[in-house]
Amino acid sequence: MLESIDMSLVDWSRGQFALTAMFHWIFVPLTLGLSFMVAFMHTIYVRTGDEEWKRITKFWMKLFGINFAIGVATGIILEFEFGTNWSNYSWFVGDIFGAPLAIEGILAFFMESTFIAVMFFGWNKVSKRFHLAASWLTAFGANLSAVWILVANAWMQHPVGTLFNPDTARNEMTSFWDVIFSEVAVNKFLHTITSSFLLASVFVIGISAWFLLRKHEVLFAKRSTIVASVFGVIAAIATIATGDTSARIVAREQPMKFAAMEALYEGQTHAPLVAIGAMRTDTTMLPNPRQEFIFKIEIPNALSYMVFLTPSGFIPGISDLVYGNEEQGLMAYEERIERGAIAIQTLKELKKAKDRGDEAAYSALRTKFSDPEWLEEYFAHFGFGYYQGRELKELIPNVKLSFYTFHIMVILGVHFLILSVLVLWLSMKNRWGNHKWLLWVALITIPMPWIASQAGWVLAELGRQPWVVYEMMPTISAVTRLKPGAVQLTFWIFLLTFTVLFIAEIKIMISQIKKGPGGK
Amino acid sequence: MLRRIFLFYYEGFRKMTWGRNLWAIILIKLFIMFVVLRLFFFPDLLKRDFNSDEERADHVLEQLTNP
Repeated sequence: MLESIDMSLVDWSRGQFALTAMFHWIFVPLTLGLSFMVAFMHTIYVRTGDEEWKRITKFWMKLFGINFAIGVATGIILEFEFGTNWSNYSWFVGDIFGAPLAIEGILAFFMESTFIAVMFFGWNKVSKRFHLAASWLTAFGANLSAVWILVANAWMQHPVGTLFNPDTARNEMTSFWDVIFSEVAVNKFLHTITSSFLLASVFVIGISAWFLLRKHEVLFAKRSTIVASVFGVIAAIATIATGDTSARIVAREQPMKFAAMEALYEGQTHAPLVAIGAMRTDTTMLPNPRQEFIFKIEIPNALSYMVFLTPSGFIPGISDLVYGNEEQGLMAYEERIERGAIAIQTLKELKKAKDRGDEAAYSALRTKFSDPEWLEEYFAHFGFGYYQGRELKELIPNVKLSFYTFHIMVILGVHFLILSVLVLWLSMKNRWGNHKWLLWVALITIPMPWIASQAGWVLAELGRQPWVVYEMMPTISAVTRLKPGAVQLTFWIFLLTFTVLFIAEIKIMISQIKKGPGGK
Repeated sequence: MLRRIFLFYYEGFRKMTWGRNLWAIILIKLFIMFVVLRLFFFPDLLKRDFNSDEERADHVLEQLTNP
């Protein structure tokens, strides 16, 4: 099956989607985090009546506005791509994706566009309380609209609350609450928003440090820093806590991703956590190449402890998952491929029986798709069926990339926590600004949360490969059979458009920052 | 009431100084996205090529079972 698919089409389609999503994600986290910080600063102004807080609020509101304006609607391109490049997928998931995205569109449009206008134009035009309410509602609206796309993504990572309808070839929602309150969805939302708050805090601390380095707008910079560092410490702790929960969920629901992010090939109890390491590819071990470590520093037992809260917990390695481990109840991929192929064949026979009007055969086959036992025995492995006759290594994600993105995210997360705590402590002692080297560290740190955030998404999305819908639909069956040249053309158009927009964002941001809170 | 809302937005936009460049960028971006990209490069293929949901389902089933 699928031996003939042009892999360059799959790769270009994935590259195009990744490019769009990563570009979109440059703007979103700053919008999510900065909106709350602006609302908080605005609250201080309304409560104290201090004009300096008004200047502070207006300055950060302006940067929020620039980021929002340039980033707005870039996510819609992803929906265009679903319809053109991933048409099989968009039909297959239709109901699950359609409902959350429709709610997102309505919420984002009405809440954000209405309240943002009041937030920006409302100074001295509406009552102070209504104006403040608009700032808070903008923040809540932005964050609420993120819920739905994250719920949809969580369903792709862990499909629950649905049943596949073989007549329509669509997944139909059986429980809306199971979809939105799945553990994966809740944790994904919490981890994403808290890390976005942290990103915005680091942004505000870094820009304030720039003002302090220039000894310009010192009061503005110090006050902004206090709000951002309080926000940053809380967000950093919450990000680390939700990240820890996320790792436990991944270990249970997506063990292959978990093994890849720690480059664990052989399962073990008392599994150590690789704190830091560098890998090389050992191609002598084909067809399943292993990336051996050039060096690594390990924390004994920590991986088992992280997942099971006991060092004796067994963490399956990549080999256990691919070749099976009877003792641990892990089915080999060969077996899963066979069962998946049977599920695909059953679906094919059902379609044939329907087409030729064979009622008896159709009814017999149709009941299988509502039989829980058959669904668990065969349909649960549906996606694996597409790998009959293909190499097993195609079912293993990119280990090196999974390992590095995970570790970059964690190391940077710890850096942000230390920085936020240090900045808050010095601010409370009124010594923030006395240490030039620390101001430089804060300034240089500005782009790092974007690197961490993008690394997190790369891990989430590449680490679950080859699946678009986990273990149900691989990328090779989700992609639309277009000419690779057509996909390449739009890839380059996007790259050009996004680069121009990104340069515009940076230029406008820098010019407004240079003008400072006093600038028009 | 409607007049007040209109004036609120109208004056808000009119008094913008730094926001004008942003509006130009937003409008150009939306034009590229919804006119150029959507019309010429990103048709909804299932909607364009098939007339009913039955036909669409049939096509996707064909793709999924005869890859």
